[in-house]
Formats: sequence, C-alpha cells, structure tokens
Amino acid sequence: MISVEHVTRSYGDFIAVDDVTFEAASGHITGFLGPNGAGKSTTMRIMVGLTAPTSGRVTFDGRLYHDLPNPGRHVGVLLDASAQHAGRTGREILTIGAMTMGLPMSRVDEMLAMVGLSETESERRLGNYSLGMKQRLGIAHALLGDPAVLILDEPANGLDPAGIRWMRGLLRGYADRGGTVLLSSHLLHEVELIADKMILIGNGRIVASGNRESLIQLSGGAGTVAKADDQSALTAALTAANVAFRVDGLQLHVFARPIEVGRIAVEQQIVMTELRAQQDGLEDLFLTLTAESQRDAPDTTLDTAHEPQIAGALS
Amino acid sequence: MNTAMNTGDLLQPTPHTNQRTIVPHVSTALTPSMSLTAGPRAVDSSIPMSRLIKVEVRKTMNTRAGKWLLATIAGGAAIVMAIMVIVGIVNDEVFGITDFTQVASFLPMGLLLPVLGVLSVTGEWGQRTNIATFTLEPRRSRIVAAKLVTGVILALAAAVAALVTGVVAMSVFDLFGGDATWNLPTQAVVSFALLQLIGVLTGFAFGMLILNTPAAIVSYFAYSFLLPTVFLAGASLWDWAESIRPWIDFNFVQEPLMEGQLSDVNWGQFAITSAIWFVAPVAFGVRRLLRAEIK
Repeated sequence: MISVEHVTRSYGDFIAVDDVTFEAASGHITGFLGPNGAGKSTTMRIMVGLTAPTSGRVTFDGRLYHDLPNPGRHVGVLLDASAQHAGRTGREILTIGAMTMGLPMSRVDEMLAMVGLSETESERRLGNYSLGMKQRLGIAHALLGDPAVLILDEPANGLDPAGIRWMRGLLRGYADRGGTVLLSSHLLHEVELIADKMILIGNGRIVASGNRESLIQLSGGAGTVAKADDQSALTAALTAANVAFRVDGLQLHVFARPIEVGRIAVEQQIVMTELRAQQDGLEDLFLTLTAESQRDAPDTTLDTAHEPQIAGALS
Repeated sequence: MNTAMNTGDLLQPTPHTNQRTIVPHVSTALTPSMSLTAGPRAVDSSIPMSRLIKVEVRKTMNTRAGKWLLATIAGGAAIVMAIMVIVGIVNDEVFGITDFTQVASFLPMGLLLPVLGVLSVTGEWGQRTNIATFTLEPRRSRIVAAKLVTGVILALAAAVAALVTGVVAMSVFDLFGGDATWNLPTQAVVSFALLQLIGVLTGFAFGMLILNTPAAIVSYFAYSFLLPTVFLAGASLWDWAESIRPWIDFNFVQEPLMEGQLSDVNWGQFAITSAIWFVAPVAFGVRRLLRAEIK
C-alpha cells in the first residue's frame, strides 16, 4: 500500500504539488489523472525519492522509500521509458537492473518473454526501439524485482491499442494477485477502464477522487448548475449545508442533485434564476475540475479522502 | 511488435496483509507458490557495495561509447609502443620499459582515461539512466562511492595492461636487436600507476562538478593543456606567481611522476593541489547530488 501524506513541493513561488494526500491500496489499480503539468510526475518522483518534498511524506507499508533495503524488490518504478542508455541493448538494461537487485539472470529472459520482446529485439540497442517497445521494456524493468508495488508514469504512452489492452490485462492480473498499482495518465479513457479508483489532480491539488461510478454521479448524476439572484447568499447557504460546489463565473456547479439545491434555496429564501441537472459526463468533470482556472476558483470543497466526494448531498 | 499472451501468470506481486513475512521470499523463480509471499518482503538486505561496484564496472563497458573508448585506449597504447619499437630500432636508441609506458601514459592513456572518469558520471545524466540508478539505490552516496572505486579499478587495470604491453614491446625491441635495458624500478611503476589514477579521478571530479559530458571533457582538457601554459606564463612574469604555482598547479606537481620519479614529488604540494582539483570538486558535486532533483 502506498500512503501519500500531505505532500507539497514548491519551486520558489510556484507550487507544483500542493498538499496531496491519498492512498493506493493493495489489490487495486489506482489511476492518477490530470492534465500535463498538473503535478503527477513530480508526485511520483517524490514517492521514489528522486525529488525531495518541501513537506509531507510517502510511505510504502509504513516505510519511506529511502528506508527500503533493495527497493527494487519492493517497488517497481517506470517513470520514463526513454530514460535508459540509447547505446545499451534491451537485454543489457534488464541485466544491469537484475544484477543490482541481486536476481538470477533467468529473470531477465522471463521478463522479456512476459512483455513480448523477442530474442532479436532484446539484442537491439534501445536507440533503435520504438516508443512502444521502450514502454514494454520499461514495464519489464519495473517488474524485474517481483515487487509488491508498481508505480507507472504514463505507461500507455506509445502503446498501440492492442498494446494498451495487453497492459490492462497485465496490470489487472497483477492487482488481482494482491499487488498495488499506481498509474498516471493525462487521458481519462485510458484510466477509467482499468482503474478501481481515480485520483484527479489539477494544478498540484487533488480535485476529486473515487471510483468511476461515484465520479460519474459527481458529474452528471448529482451535479447541478445553479444561478441565484444573490450568489453570495447561495454560496453561504451551500457552505452551511456542507454541500460541495464550484464557482464558475455567475454560475455555480454544485455537487448535489437539483432538488437538494432547490430545497436549500427555498429554506434560505434565495431567488434562483437557473437550476438544472448537469448533463456533462466524466470527461467534462475531468476537464472542469482540472482546468487551469480551477486554481483560482474560490471554493472547491472536494477533499482527498478515499470515499467518493459527494459531501452530504446524497445523504 | 508482438503481444505477449502469457502475461498474467508470470506476475507474482505480493498481496498486502498485515501479517509480516509468513513465507520468506526465497527466489525469483516464477512458480505459483511464490505469489503468496506476505507483506513486506523478506528480501530486506541492502545491496552490498561489492555488487554496486560490479554493476558500475559493467556500465563503463556495456555501451558502444564505453567499448570504443576502452578499445581505443588499448589499441592506441599498442600502436604508440609499436611505433616506438620501430623508431628505436631504426635510430639505435636505448630503451627501458618505462620509456614505453611513459609514451603510452601521455597518449592515449593520459588523454582518454580522464574521459572515462568523466563519462562514468556524466553518462548517467546525459542518458538519464540516473533515474534507474537512483531508484534502485536511493542512497546516492553509495553510488558515488561505487563509481569512485570503479575509477580506481579501471585506472589500475589500465596501468597493469600498459606495463604488460610495455614488456611485450620491450621483448620485440630486444628481439630485433634494439638496445634494451631490462630494469624496472619500483618507484617508476608506482608513479606510473599513480599518474593513471590521478587522470581517472580528476576526470571523475570534473564530471561530478559539471555533470555534462562535452562541457566536462572540454573543461578537463583546458585544465590539462591550457592551464599549465597559463601558470607557466604567470610564473615567468611575476615572482609571486612562481612561488605559489607549486601550491595550485596540480599538473606541475605531477611532473616528477611523469618522469617516473616518485621520490621527487613534494607530497605537501601534492596534497594541497589535489585538494583543489580533486577533493573540492568531488565534495561540491556530492553535496549537490545528495540534494538534487533527478529528472
């Protein structure tokens, strides 16, 4: 299990990762979703000790990465499939990894076979690999040490549709055997099919988390577009009722059903000028929640606990 | 690109349980029994230093650049010595083994061993293999130590190889009627080896300081070829420059070594100049590396 606890990383005034907290449970595939530059890769680098957090920490079954003896046997990491020496053969790259971890060399052949790199392909230098082949080699490298945890940054990058399906099967099998998988992507459809739980990150902050169904509920099922004569009165009422919402210009996106918003408005005698169910799908939720403007939105009362974030709206 | 079919079966992740280590994680054999090793791994011994060194030695040789560099050093030394043999015979020169090794020491070893030292560090940055290196061993200072030991091993191996080649060249020289003096003073051997060691380690230091292959190599050559001239010019112009030169010019202090005169080395000056040109850059480099973000 991976526990990310209040991790923050700033570069001068720029906050790349802002108080990120979540858990990736064993036996589950956790998707880490966000647009480019949202802080996914930085968070992953912090996990494996390549980047020091400004504050907060990450533990693997209670231990810091730095404290794992021979960490390759515990945590398999693929951050960038191209970050290997272009002049080494695929086999040689795995051999170095296996040697470092103290594994028998037979493991190299097993992993090559598992990711579908042929004998001749394994003897070619990495510089001559396609991105898809690099990605497969990177997955083989991550799995070399038979780890309990996998951390994969954009693993589907460069894989063809068949390759993506193959990887889905591979990771699903791995998780079903009790492994912990955390994979990132900037593409929703890559993740929603495979992940048991999704963490949405935008501008360094977690903006929503939950499984697919709960996130859909969040967006379409339970979402409401509301506009009031007196917006501040409505936001105050929603806040008092512990209902999550987001301000979008004159509109409010409320994470509750229209009837609940209507009731709150009536109780407080607020004149509504617009009240309708939000019909957008998961993709829209993803886009709105992680949009650039998100950072400036005054109040997105979505936090990071593992339960779907629908506040008190559905109770 | 073929797609593997047998994917799932081979993967044996550890299920997370709160029980600690029921079955020790014995081997990596891909048997189903292995799949249910418990909780945190029983493979909890750190990576021994000897293994890190073994890996680092391999890494200097398993790239095309590395292979060519080593081949060029070996081939270059052999060619230079062969030329010496021919010239020596033709001109009726009197040669000892150190004459051969000294030439090899100047070219190609003096030129290329430092490049090997530079590459052992900067290669990881240029090719971004440092990501894999430091995720497999997050205690970064251990990697630096392993690389340093690797540099020492390679320098000494190169010195031994050059001496052996020197003996072979001498035998050929002798065989074809050259005037060979077969004595090999210990201090000549030691100073020769020391010189190779300094070459690799100074290259390593420039690599640690600059972390960029071309820039580090250019800087090393500037230090090695340009700077002595500057120091020489300074020393001939100003008395004060002449008096401080032995305390700041590492190349100057090494001159007795190049002559094979270990006993002539002023070890106090050697210590001070090596602190400037080796210890300081390595210390700075390590300090930075321990904090740096690896991207």
